[in-house]
Amino acid sequence: MTISTATPPSLPLSGEERLGSPPDKGELEGVLFPLLHTKLIEKYRSHDMKNYLFFALFLLAFPVHAALNVFACEPEWAALTQQLAGDKANIYTATAALQDPHQIQARPSLIAKARSAQLLVCTGAELEVGWMPVVLQESANSRIQPGSSGHFEAAKFVTMLEVPTRLDRASGDVHAAGNPHIQTDARNFLPIAEALGKRLIELDPANAAYYQQRLTTFTQQWRAAIAKWEKQAAPLRGIPVIVHHKGFPYMNDWLGLVEVAELEPKPGMEPSAAYLGKVLNDLQQHPARMVLRAAYQSERPSEWIAERAHVPAVMLPYTVGGTPQATDLFSLFDDTIARLLAGLK
Amino acid sequence: MFKRICSSTAMAVLLSHSILASAAGTASENAFNPALSFILSGTYGSLQRDPAIPATGFAMNPVPGHEQGFNLGESELGISANVDPQFRGVATISLLPAGGASVENAFVQTTALEDGLNLKFGRYFSGLGYLNEQHAHTWDFVDQPLVYSVLWGDQLNEDGVQLKWLAPTDMFVEIGGEIGKGRNFPGTDTAKNGSGAGVLFAHVGDDIGIEYSWRAGLSLYQTKQTKALSTDVPNLLGTTRSDSFTGTSTTAGLDFVWKYSPNGNFRERYLKVQSEYFRRKQNGQLTFDTTGVNITDGYTVVQSGWYVQSVYQFMPAWRTGLRYDRLDPGTATVGALNADNVIASYAYNPSRLTWMADYSPSEFSRIRLQFAHDNSRQGLPDNQVFVQYIMALGAHGAHQY
Repeated sequence: MTISTATPPSLPLSGEERLGSPPDKGELEGVLFPLLHTKLIEKYRSHDMKNYLFFALFLLAFPVHAALNVFACEPEWAALTQQLAGDKANIYTATAALQDPHQIQARPSLIAKARSAQLLVCTGAELEVGWMPVVLQESANSRIQPGSSGHFEAAKFVTMLEVPTRLDRASGDVHAAGNPHIQTDARNFLPIAEALGKRLIELDPANAAYYQQRLTTFTQQWRAAIAKWEKQAAPLRGIPVIVHHKGFPYMNDWLGLVEVAELEPKPGMEPSAAYLGKVLNDLQQHPARMVLRAAYQSERPSEWIAERAHVPAVMLPYTVGGTPQATDLFSLFDDTIARLLAGLK
Repeated sequence: MFKRICSSTAMAVLLSHSILASAAGTASENAFNPALSFILSGTYGSLQRDPAIPATGFAMNPVPGHEQGFNLGESELGISANVDPQFRGVATISLLPAGGASVENAFVQTTALEDGLNLKFGRYFSGLGYLNEQHAHTWDFVDQPLVYSVLWGDQLNEDGVQLKWLAPTDMFVEIGGEIGKGRNFPGTDTAKNGSGAGVLFAHVGDDIGIEYSWRAGLSLYQTKQTKALSTDVPNLLGTTRSDSFTGTSTTAGLDFVWKYSPNGNFRERYLKVQSEYFRRKQNGQLTFDTTGVNITDGYTVVQSGWYVQSVYQFMPAWRTGLRYDRLDPGTATVGALNADNVIASYAYNPSRLTWMADYSPSEFSRIRLQFAHDNSRQGLPDNQVFVQYIMALGAHGAHQY
C-alpha cells in the first residue's frame, strides 16, 4: 500500500490520540495495516465501495496515534516493555513461561507477528538461536533485523557470567556470549531498562517525555524493590543449592546462593538415572539445602533427588507467568524470594 | 553497570570476557567467516527386494533412494552469511559417498525488501508442499513419503527465482511464486530461453492458544516435459521397453501440519500430525519403444498420492512416529496406435506403512530405527529395516516450522 507523502492536515484529537508531528510514511503504514486487517475491514467488507472509500479517507485525514508494535521474545521483556512504554506499545509475547526458551518452534504465528513489529526485544546471547533466524528471515521486516534500531538484545547491556573460555560442544549446549539467563538477577533490569527506554525514545521520539518519565519512575521503584529484596533474601547468602539446569548463575551471584551441583550432566542434556545417582552420592560430601528448578522444567529429576536427599525441591517462576503469583516484574521477584525463603524452613 | 563484583569467580569471568573482547577487536581476515555447519549421516539398510524396482504403475517416475547394507549418507556442508546489507547467501554442498560433490543449494535471499517481500534466487528447494523445503537431516523418517519419491524425486530442487509475499495480517498468510529451469524431475532440463517450470503456492497458519499451532498450504506446479525418457517400462506385450513422453505436466498439492505440546513446551512432549496430497496430470505424446518400433501417439494420465504421518515425543530426547503412504497410478488414455502396447491401467494402489523411533542425546545428534512394510510393488511385499545416525557439527542452525 502506498500512502501519499503529502500529509493531510492533522486534525487534533483529544489527549493521547494526538500526534506531536505529522507522521511519516512508515508510521502511517504502521497505522493502516494492523487496522485494515483486523475487525474494521471485516466490518466494512460487507458494505459498498463508497463506505470503504470513506473509511480510507477517514484514515488519511485523521492520523490516529500508532502504538509501537513490539515483539517480545520472552515474558520478562514483554513485562519490562510494558513498564516503560505503557499504552504506547502494542506488545506481543512470543513465548510463555512454561516453555523451554531454548526450544521454541518457528511457528507461522511468530513470523506473522514479526512482520509488523517495529521493535524486537529479546535476550540475545544465542538463547533464541534455534528459531529467531528463521522468524527474522521469513518476516521480511528490515526494521527488526540484527544491527537495526528495532533489534534490541538485553544481554548486550549486562555483564555476562559463565562466558566459556573453551567453546566445545563436548561441554554441552554452551553459549559463546555467556549464560543467557540474565533475568534472574533483578539488578540486571536497571541497565536494560535504561537502554530499552532510550531505544523506545529513538523509535518513537514523539513520546520521548512519556518514556523518559516512565523510565525514571520505574528505575526509582526498582531500586527500592531491590533494596527490599536484598534485605528479605539475607538468610539465603551462602546457602548451598542444587539446580536442574545452569539457569540461575545471575540469581546466585546476586543473592549469594552457592550452586554445588546440577541435575543435567551437561547443559541442555537430560538428567539420566545414573547421573542423578552420582549427584546424590556427591551430596554426602557437599550437602545442599534445596533443589531449584524453573517452572518450565520437569519436576521429576528434582523431586527424585529431593526425596532421597531429604531437602525441599523448590520451583521458581523464572519469568513472569511462571507461577500464578508472578504476574509482573515486581511480583516475579517477590514470589521468587518468598519461595526460596520457604525452601529454607 | 550497577553490579557489584565481589567474588573472585566473577573477576575471572570479567578477565576472560576482556580477553575475548580484545580478540574480537583484532582486525583479521577471518573475522567475517560465514556460519559453517557439517552434517554427518549414515544408514544401515536391510531390504528384501531390489530397491531399483519402481512402484507399480510408476515406472516412468523416480524410485525412493534406498540402499542396502552400510552406507554413508550424504555428508552436507552448509555455509551461510549476510553478503551485505541487502543480501544473504546460503550454500549447501553435498559430498557424495561414492566420491565427488554436488551443489544441493546455493542461493541468495534478500534481507531488506520492505512490505513482506522475500526474493530468493539461485538453486533452492521449491517452496511447494510442506516437506519439500526441509533438508534430509530434519526429516522425521529415514526416507521421504512415497508421493514425494515418485512425483518429485524425493525433493524438488530448482534453479530459478522465487518471490514470496507475507501478508500484513495477524494470521500467517504467505503467497509465493517461482520460475525455474525445470532442472529436475518432472522437468526435463531443456536448453531454451525463458522458464522451464513454474510454481505457485500459498500457506496459512496460526496458533490456537499456546498449545496448538498449524499450517496449511496449497501448491501448483507446471512444466513442459520434452522427450522424458524412461527405461524398462513394462508393456502389454509382457516385456519392458524404453518410452519417452513429451507434453505438459501439471501438479496440484495440499499440505497440512498440526502440532500440539502440553503448555507449548516442546522440550518435554509434543505431537505432530501432517499430511500431504499431490495430484499430477500429464498430457501429451508418448513414444513407445524408442529404440525399436518407435510409435508415437497421444497419452494422458492422472497420478496421485498422499501420506499421513504422526510423530510423538513422549519424553525428552525420545520420539516415535508412524506413517502411511498410498499412491494411485491412475488410468491412462492411450492413443489408438499404442493401445496394444502401453499399459493404461495397473488396477493396483501402492502403499506402505512405516514406524520409527529415534533418540536425540542432544540437539546435535540423533539415532533412529525404522521398520517399513512396503507394498508399493504388486506381488513383491518388502519388509525394510533401517538404522540411521545424523550428527551436526558447527553452527547451530535454526529449524523451520
